[in-house]
Amino acid sequence: MININTKDLIKGWDRNTIASKIANDLPHSSYVNLGIGMPELVSQYIKEDREIIYHSENGLLGMGPSPNENEIDLDLINAGKKPVTILPGGSFCHHADSFSMIRGGHIDYCVLGAMEISVTGDLANWSTGKGIPAVGGAMDLVAGAKNVFVMTQHLTKDGKPKLVQKCTLPLTGAGVVSRIYSDYAVLDITDDGFKVIQLNEDITIEYLQSVTDGNIYQ
Amino acid sequence: MQINKIKKDMTEILSDVFDGATIMVGGFGEAGSPIELLHGLIDKGTKDLTIIANNSGNGRVGLGALIGQRQVKKVICSFARSAKGVTFQELYNKCEIELEVVPQGTLAERIRAAGSGIPGFYTATGVGTPLAEGKEEKIFNGKKYILEEALKADFAFVKAETSDRYGNLTYNKTARNFNPIMCMAADKSLVQVKNILEPNEINPEHVITPGIFVQSLINIENPIIETNAIEEGMTYP
Repeated sequence: MININTKDLIKGWDRNTIASKIANDLPHSSYVNLGIGMPELVSQYIKEDREIIYHSENGLLGMGPSPNENEIDLDLINAGKKPVTILPGGSFCHHADSFSMIRGGHIDYCVLGAMEISVTGDLANWSTGKGIPAVGGAMDLVAGAKNVFVMTQHLTKDGKPKLVQKCTLPLTGAGVVSRIYSDYAVLDITDDGFKVIQLNEDITIEYLQSVTDGNIYQ
Repeated sequence: MQINKIKKDMTEILSDVFDGATIMVGGFGEAGSPIELLHGLIDKGTKDLTIIANNSGNGRVGLGALIGQRQVKKVICSFARSAKGVTFQELYNKCEIELEVVPQGTLAERIRAAGSGIPGFYTATGVGTPLAEGKEEKIFNGKKYILEEALKADFAFVKAETSDRYGNLTYNKTARNFNPIMCMAADKSLVQVKNILEPNEINPEHVITPGIFVQSLINIENPIIETNAIEEGMTYP
């Protein structure tokens, strides 16, 4: 079992760099759902050459950035229950319609965090198996979105690989992830394992393999 | 005689609610949460409730307060963990409240199905996860789906922005969330509404919940704002 002393880890891309790589891969006119937490950063890196429409599963299509302090409306929040804004061209709908956008295959991309991703694209990101189980909309997103991107650190805080042969935590979905953006690499899920699309400048493929519990190839 | 669904006070609108009832509670976090109706239920002392909602309450206000008063035996929700949640967590850790976790979209669709006379449906959400255990599976076009059943309730507690005496409702922004589908899925929908207008003052094109889905209304002009109430240390009762 791989367990790296965290002091020996090579520092990878910071979260802003990862977010900008994802933003760069979202095509013009995509409908996108960004998960709560780190994935929310992606919206800050969308280039001027494209327009992306953000969906928030609590019934908001065309979500804009956080409001100024004096413009906060507690009836206008995102899936993380934080105040947001609505952009021109946006709309509201009820929860079943909002999840029809997800479950009906209308959302082009979702970007989610992860606890574990298996070599076959299984994702675990909703339960550590301890405490109160709470799933939110994660299972709907992975089952319904056309492309499921994962944004994650390559290793856990205590130095264990998040990219694994088989998930040990309760699954969010089986065979659902298409691409992983970690601090060490961008990888696609393929029949032959994790395919490296882009490798961090500071690390070698051998190093990447040593911190990944599953076949890596270029 | 004219149809008039507007009740004069909290006692009247809650008069039918009974011990052991299943109640859908609208809202996503605090947006659209019918806090005053829930406080009315605390005053009434109704017990052994099953609550269907997205969340399990914040602080000791609204749903959080109702749970804290031990009036709820079971919560069916998608996300019972929240930064400001207190009472559900306390009872859950002592195994004194039951929890059924449902993926958010499946929760919404089960509610919508109940309101539309659909007893069950197949969905890809949850396939291959612990939440699929015990559920019937079926393959359509080579892909696996699980059977989910409709979710009904005796009552829906709902918060709306505007109504007329027929119960034609509009909502405010993302405070809409589960409220319209819960009105459809409950035997009786009890709605607290900020503004009551004359029937000709709501544009029929703007009605989100048609009055057929609403049984009773109460005018709450200045509802409690949960965030502020919690910051001020409010507890109910």
